Amino acid sequence: MIAAVIALPALSAALLLSLGNRTNKFGPWMAIIASTSSFLIGFLQFLQMLARPAEERTAITTVYEWLAVPAAGFKVDFALQLDQLSISFVLLITFVGTLIHIYSLGYMSHDENQRRFFAYLNLFVAAMLLLVLADNYLLLYVGWEGVGLASYLLIGFWQHKPSAAVAAKKAFVANRVGDFGLSLAIMTMFIVFGSVSFSDVNEGVAGAPAWVSLTIGLLLLLAACGKSAQFPLQSWLLDAMEGPTPVSALIHAATMVTAGVYLIVRSASIFNASEIAQTAVVVIGAISLLMGAIIGAAKDDIKKSLAGSTMSQIGYMVLAAGLGPIGYVFAILHLITHGFFKAVMFLGAGSVMHATNDNVDMRRYGGLSKVMIFTTITFFIGYLAIIGIPPFAGFYSKDHIIEAALSHSWWAGAAVLFGAGLTAFYMTRMVVMTFVSKPRWEDDVHPHESPLSMTLPMIVLSIGAASMGIILTNNHMFEHWLEPVTGFVEPEPPLPIQTITIITLSVVAIGVLAGIWQYRKIAKVAPKKVSFVVTAARKDLYGDVMNEALLMRPGQSLTKVLNIFDKSVIDGFVNGLGLFTGGISSRLRKSETGYVRSYAMSIVFGTAILVIVLLIVRL
Amino acid sequence: MIQTVLNTIPTPSFEYALLSPILIMFLAACLGVLVEAFFSIEKRRFAHLIIVFTSLLFAFSAVALQSGPKGRALAASGTVALDGPGWILQGTILLVATLSALLFAESKVDPLGDAFASRASTLPGGEEEKTVTKLGWTQTEIWPLFTFSISGMLLFVTANDLLVLFVALEVMSLPLYLLAGLARRRRLLSQEAALKYFILGALASGILLFGSALTYAYTGSLEFGQISNGISSANNSPGLLTAAIALVAVGMLFKVGAVPFHQWVPDVYMGSPTPVTSFMAGAVKVAAFGGLLRVFYVAFGALVWDWRPLIWVVAGLTMVVGSVIALAQSDFKRMLAYSSISNGGFILVGFSATNRPAIAAVLIYLIAYAFATVGAFALLTLIREQAGESSTLIRWKGLGKKSPLVASLMSLFMLSFAGIPLTSGFTAKFGVFTAAISGGATALVLVGVLASVIAAVFYVRVIILMFFSEPIPDGPFVVVPSVFTTIAITASALVTIILGLFPQVIIDLISSASVFLR
Repeated sequence: MIAAVIALPALSAALLLSLGNRTNKFGPWMAIIASTSSFLIGFLQFLQMLARPAEERTAITTVYEWLAVPAAGFKVDFALQLDQLSISFVLLITFVGTLIHIYSLGYMSHDENQRRFFAYLNLFVAAMLLLVLADNYLLLYVGWEGVGLASYLLIGFWQHKPSAAVAAKKAFVANRVGDFGLSLAIMTMFIVFGSVSFSDVNEGVAGAPAWVSLTIGLLLLLAACGKSAQFPLQSWLLDAMEGPTPVSALIHAATMVTAGVYLIVRSASIFNASEIAQTAVVVIGAISLLMGAIIGAAKDDIKKSLAGSTMSQIGYMVLAAGLGPIGYVFAILHLITHGFFKAVMFLGAGSVMHATNDNVDMRRYGGLSKVMIFTTITFFIGYLAIIGIPPFAGFYSKDHIIEAALSHSWWAGAAVLFGAGLTAFYMTRMVVMTFVSKPRWEDDVHPHESPLSMTLPMIVLSIGAASMGIILTNNHMFEHWLEPVTGFVEPEPPLPIQTITIITLSVVAIGVLAGIWQYRKIAKVAPKKVSFVVTAARKDLYGDVMNEALLMRPGQSLTKVLNIFDKSVIDGFVNGLGLFTGGISSRLRKSETGYVRSYAMSIVFGTAILVIVLLIVRL
Repeated sequence: MIQTVLNTIPTPSFEYALLSPILIMFLAACLGVLVEAFFSIEKRRFAHLIIVFTSLLFAFSAVALQSGPKGRALAASGTVALDGPGWILQGTILLVATLSALLFAESKVDPLGDAFASRASTLPGGEEEKTVTKLGWTQTEIWPLFTFSISGMLLFVTANDLLVLFVALEVMSLPLYLLAGLARRRRLLSQEAALKYFILGALASGILLFGSALTYAYTGSLEFGQISNGISSANNSPGLLTAAIALVAVGMLFKVGAVPFHQWVPDVYMGSPTPVTSFMAGAVKVAAFGGLLRVFYVAFGALVWDWRPLIWVVAGLTMVVGSVIALAQSDFKRMLAYSSISNGGFILVGFSATNRPAIAAVLIYLIAYAFATVGAFALLTLIREQAGESSTLIRWKGLGKKSPLVASLMSLFMLSFAGIPLTSGFTAKFGVFTAAISGGATALVLVGVLASVIAAVFYVRVIILMFFSEPIPDGPFVVVPSVFTTIAITASALVTIILGLFPQVIIDLISSASVFLR
């Protein structure tokens, strides 16, 4: 039954892609139905799971035997693991996914490639579900690559924009680095434990030496950094905003980019066994949450500012996941609430762009609250949720993370508190620049509210953004729910909880006021003379420069050096073509024999080297 | 006196049934020669097609019928070993060769005719060339050459004797040298490739023969089983043996295109007519690795601790050099050539263990790679410009818009080469890496994973070019092929998908048969 959750969107994607234009008419609807039925089936599974006692909620379904090497005693099944953690993701992915499918119906209605877009969305949903439902790391890796593929396809969807193609490529490379980490981690598990299933690895970690959990932990962290746009692999996320806005909302805010957090929480037993790896996770989370917030505060492009915010919020989740059993539950809680409030804000941004001829520059917005009432209200709910005003969702999840971080160490606590202030600042800036201040529209822009297919998903998501926190934390429901999978230990912060809440809210209030004060007047063009912090933040804190220095340059020079050995015949041929037609040139002939001679030389030398290697071995 | 001498020479046994696949292909080649001699020029092509495809079908049936557990035996006085791996390799070669034959037979994609020169003897670019092209002549000798080469391959992978191995190598290679030089378009490049291939191939054959002679000098036998026994029992002058192994290894590694014996690969792959390239990258690769597998596991199996480091070095170099140089390629055929080199490296990784799963892993990799590569080359023949195939990658921009089907299939093969899960390439890489880890070559596997990360970049670059770029104004067009090429592409795509989604059936089949006879 649970396999159908994945199979339906996968099948729909396959049909849409293979049947081509014949499915143009009903294609989008088929995609929506596929996604909706996935959600319904997932919900049914959820209800069934609720009926079982907490210890018996994990169910593993083997679809078929995928790969087995009997002699090596190794086997991997195509098996799905449904437990409290994965069902939470299934519901989030299919629910938000379905809403974004519906939103896209309006948003992409003028796009000639609408069908292809929906096919990719379905493909993404299927791959993401596979990622969270897999019962072993190898199958998870399949989903991991699958969401990556869907993500590149969708980032580069508007391929007529060169920037989109470049962004897709960049996302690909950064993700490859992370994927490399994941494949090495899987390999290490296989070498050490002889299995890659979650249960075997969990069992194996207990008896394994410390270096094993450290190595695997750090490799998994690398993987998480790539997929979740954490420092130092963050720069692709900002460029990924070249994709259509629903994609940014679904993939680059609500679901895919949180896969890294899922990976860390799923590998809880590994991280629990290595304090160093955990500390590394906390440090990466702290750096990313501050970097993201700073970048978000400097960008005038509304989507890029939101992307910085996403990086920052995922930083919160990663940090929480690094805190161990006191943080796992809250990492996932924040992940879910973030899925709602960030999606609603991205969709709001899309709605604003829809109204302003696809302009993304917040300096040319302003005063939109008067013309776009639904968008404004829903966006504002998202805003209250992200900055953590009670009783909106972000308050509950973020407050818990702050408590947990404070009970871990003063610096982690300071980072999350400071981050909360920054969040309040840049989000206020965004709301002021977009909805509140005086209109600074381009001359030919006539803003209007978006159609129902777009506002409806925003309204539904904003209800979630407002209420999810209360619902999930009522009576510690979510802690009890996830405890059997991830474990849970009540955090013991050094200060009383009420005091922490008051401090947090004061920091947030300062951020909000600073935002309002700073942006009481807004220039239509970004000011040139700014402090070095702003300059750096506008350049994504030099993320690209770093990537270039670390990844691109060494790679390029290596290719160049090795390419010397490849004296291509094409050049010789093309250059020599003219000479050939006017009588065969002796020069070219010379160079030809030179080639074979040099090839033969290298064979002879190679033979000599082989003999030497063999002799050394025999000694 | 004479009687006693005669009595000491055993009558050679000759198991016709077991050897029938080889014999069928050989017979078909001879028939092909007769067709050339007695048929009029208009009827030759048709006659050849009938002979080639019927013989391929018969030969494959002969393999399929006899390859069960009962059909595993030594034949021809122990010089040919028809064991599990032997049958599997023969079957694979026949299937992959069938796909290549379909590409050979295609005459619809190029308005001038098939992929081969109308008359190989005419001067490239001369008047005579134009005349025979206009007359619509075709060089039908390709068919007997092709069948001879296949019979050589079938013998090569089952040869259990260094001399038979050498003869098989020549029977397999000589027709290839000729075929490489017969391209219809860019004939100078093609002829250059043929000459290079021939000269270097001759050098490598010489080295192999020298190595065989040294092996004989050390062990007193050319038969693999005897060599193995000779190595175990003799304990004098190991230097001689070292040289023997190295030289035999070089002769074989040249054929598989391992670094540092790889330079011929890009030039030859690029110059040859694309169907021939697909044949070389597919069937020939399977044959060459099959032979290598048997020589190292059976004849030199006792010395595994000696040659294994050598294979590690070569495998590591091959993967890294192949992948990195491929990054810089602007021509698709040349890129696939380097891809073929680096894939060779991955296959060599599977040589790190000598157990049954390792042999199975190598065989599965060969199957996965051969089908995907034939598929990729087949698709290349459809992407054309006025002057012939369009293999300059940069011109493929936006191909996904012109022909989503061709571009998607190409993407499938690229993803398989890159080893993305759920394609055959993943199953293959997974198998050899698993084998290598169980053989203790963890460091080599790390190099392999790194190389596959690099390799993924250039494979996916093709996809990005096709789907994420605007088409260029006078870019290539995609032609609709005849049923021949369509079958070849469909079959390769199916194998690539099935071996990725449901590999277990094939893994089980091959694992159960992965034992060499000696």
